[in-house]
Amino acid sequence: MEKRVRFKGYLLPICLVMPQIVITAVFFFYPAGQAIWQSLFIPDPFGFSAQFVGLGNFEFLLSDPFYRASFITTAIFSILVTAVSMGVALFLAVLADRLIKGSGTYRTLLIWPYAVAPAVAGVLWLFMFNTRVGVVTWYLGVLGYDWNHVLNPGEAMGLVVLASSWGRISYNFLFFLAGLQAIPRSVIEAAAIDGAHFWTRFRTIVFPLLSPTTFFLLVVNVVYAFFETFGVVHTITAGGPQQATTILVYKVYSDGFVGQDLGSSAAQSVILLIIVSVLTVIQFRYIERRVHY
Amino acid sequence: MATVTLENLKKSFGRTEVIHGVNIDIADGEFIVIVGPSGCGKSTLLRMVAGLETVTSGKVFIGGHLVNEREPMDRDIAMVFQNYALYPHMSVFDNMAYGLKIAGRSKAEIAERVAAAAHVLQIEPFLDRKPRELSGGQRQRVAMGRAIVRKPAVFLFDEPLSNLDAKLRVQMRLEIKQLQRELGVTSLYVTHDQVEAMTLADRMIVMNEGRADQIGAPLEVYANPQTVFVAGFIGSPPTNFLPALSVSRGSTEELLGIRPEHLRIVGPDKCELRARVVNAEALGAETLVHTRIHSGEYVTVRQEGSRPVPEEGEEVGLGWAKENEMLFFTNGARRY
Amino acid sequence: MVEKRGAALWLTHLGLIVGLFFIFFPIWLAFVASTISQPEIVRPPMPLLPGDRFLENYSKALVSGINAPVARMLFNSAVMALGIAFGKIAISLLSAFAIVYFRFPGRQLFFWLIFLTLMLPVEVRIVPTYEVAAQFGMLNSYSGLIFPLIASATATFLFRQFFLTVPDELAEAARVDGARPMRFFWDILLPMSRTNIAALFVILFIYGWNQYLWPLLITTDPSMNTIVMGIKQMFPSGDDTADWPVIMATSLLAMLPPILVVIGMQRLFIRGLVESEK
Repeated sequence: MEKRVRFKGYLLPICLVMPQIVITAVFFFYPAGQAIWQSLFIPDPFGFSAQFVGLGNFEFLLSDPFYRASFITTAIFSILVTAVSMGVALFLAVLADRLIKGSGTYRTLLIWPYAVAPAVAGVLWLFMFNTRVGVVTWYLGVLGYDWNHVLNPGEAMGLVVLASSWGRISYNFLFFLAGLQAIPRSVIEAAAIDGAHFWTRFRTIVFPLLSPTTFFLLVVNVVYAFFETFGVVHTITAGGPQQATTILVYKVYSDGFVGQDLGSSAAQSVILLIIVSVLTVIQFRYIERRVHY
Repeated sequence: MATVTLENLKKSFGRTEVIHGVNIDIADGEFIVIVGPSGCGKSTLLRMVAGLETVTSGKVFIGGHLVNEREPMDRDIAMVFQNYALYPHMSVFDNMAYGLKIAGRSKAEIAERVAAAAHVLQIEPFLDRKPRELSGGQRQRVAMGRAIVRKPAVFLFDEPLSNLDAKLRVQMRLEIKQLQRELGVTSLYVTHDQVEAMTLADRMIVMNEGRADQIGAPLEVYANPQTVFVAGFIGSPPTNFLPALSVSRGSTEELLGIRPEHLRIVGPDKCELRARVVNAEALGAETLVHTRIHSGEYVTVRQEGSRPVPEEGEEVGLGWAKENEMLFFTNGARRY
Repeated sequence: MVEKRGAALWLTHLGLIVGLFFIFFPIWLAFVASTISQPEIVRPPMPLLPGDRFLENYSKALVSGINAPVARMLFNSAVMALGIAFGKIAISLLSAFAIVYFRFPGRQLFFWLIFLTLMLPVEVRIVPTYEVAAQFGMLNSYSGLIFPLIASATATFLFRQFFLTVPDELAEAARVDGARPMRFFWDILLPMSRTNIAALFVILFIYGWNQYLWPLLITTDPSMNTIVMGIKQMFPSGDDTADWPVIMATSLLAMLPPILVVIGMQRLFIRGLVESEK
């Protein structure tokens, strides 16, 4: 789409785009280029020189059991976070959509956890499940279950998944509710007259009509789980125990800043870059398709 | 006040030429209507005069000055847009005052000129309102007000009435005409509506595919169309066209045009042409009789409402006076 | 609408209330913890109703904190969030205006460069970006907190979409009225974008306020910590017991500003969210 109207002049528009060009060049393109460049070298331990290794870093990474484990961890983590946060949100949205009065009130009450930073969410859940003082831990103990996410990898994963999903529910709820409310009432009424009960209506009519929203949220939530949950992992488990919760973004950080392995960290950045690009392309194709509706 | 002269004005978008050279001398205070179907280039022509489109070749003079390279603001013009283009976040007063503010007029002068324009257009009660709080007709008046406060040398109207309902359109048409007479400002007015063109224009330019097919006073254009297109476009119901040979005139592919009001229904025996009545629309004051001749063309006859209405399917004869015939060459130009 | 009556209606409400409980419980617990004393927490189970130490805990957090006063961290967060929101909106408005309303050499190239940056989060290019910031001497500075996070085109994209919906005739009318490009921008385009700007402000403010990884890297001086990342720094290393009441008070203070923004500007927030994801 283009405008018919044009103002004349070259100097003014170039001045107008300059701030963004400069900032993007310095803080985006240069670092992204650096990441790609560095991924081809191994620096010596003192940082004086670097040896060109081509795709060596990538080969090493892909054969590194820790990195592969991190890949699997990330996959499990994102599937769980997406499933839990979308499942709960869809459930609540369907309930709120059934109400004639009051769905607005529930929406107001449910949306604001969106504003809670993942890192803060991490601290809140850490507090509840703290091995020494946590309330939930204590009551689980009363029930005979000994919770210890510091030592138990499965419990650690469970806790970061819960904390990551928790803050995400409001976001998904908002989009699901909007999607549900956009479904024409007449379609649902027609189905009710045809004798379909609630569950049948949901399965055969509402859910298919909701699929654009669902697909969109799927992509967005995977992106969230990949990149924005760093704060949760860092506050709750710091990647442990035994790297059980070291998701890819966390590994970029820990290898690059804690381990000072710049070549490997850069190669990991490049791999993440490719993953994000793929997700972006998927999302754009989806948007294009949505325009055709 | 000013004259406007267009000299062999052409416009191309990329390689496609859309205006193929228009010439006209517009006198001071004249009301010119540019009329034509959509896509004929009439808006583009107006926008070149406004300075909103660049001129590909040819010259635009306003008040004797060549203005090809001047910005719209420096051409001493004002424009009324089809969708009014009122600034949605400004009050009616601010909308009208905006151009004067930019020109650096004093507050007192602005207030005075806006008040005067508002008085003429009877929009004084709305000066504090936002455009969205006004009806279509009121917005139209504000758009006019914005044009007249600037006291320009030329008014440009780009289909200003096409967003109004039929009744309001008739009323505003009269008001525009009256206003233009009072102010005596040279005006160019674009429309696709031939009734607007006929009623408003001192002279009209009938545009067809980027050409000015005919320029002239409305009745003259009506009575004496120079091309097939003009004959077909101006007048309602439109001119009937028959293959010239079917009535033994001209040669193959040439067309004979006769206006519906020039046709008479006569007995099948003493006629130029026989036809079968398809249907008749009795409108009270007049009756439109739609017929079909044996070569397949439809021919419409317009007759007084008091005359008998023929039956559907009836065989009738069509007659006309020789002086009302219009014969056109194959290329569309008038033969006689 | 297919009407719900009686038991079904109550079950619906019940389901929603259980959901609300799940959402609220962690925050409620944090609030309770921020109003009681440390001994009450370290002897589990802690009480589930607020105590009387509210003022004490919050003033301790705000004034002295653990590494740095929380008031100071709140200020840092505010500077960062406002800087990101205003900075990004300002540069995006200008460049979107240029892209939509002008034709200039390199426009297409620029267009694509900007759109390459869509969705690529700072986390991905974290090490080199850190090096750039370090070279510019931006460690422990507000500009270091702000600029790298402005380098993305989401807002430009949004404003471009909006500008394209503004009728062409408005710009033409402004030209006929004698407005030069920048005058049109200030007098017409900017006021017409008010709602979009406000909606975007809400989203960007929350985005900026909730940043974690970047401030963690770039601020080593506790007095430059932002509150969201500062909480983690309050936990003791080793086996010492954390000062939970103060930490929980800080957590609540950290979530309060964005929550207020969301609730206070709910309509704009929802609109901003929906539009920025389009």
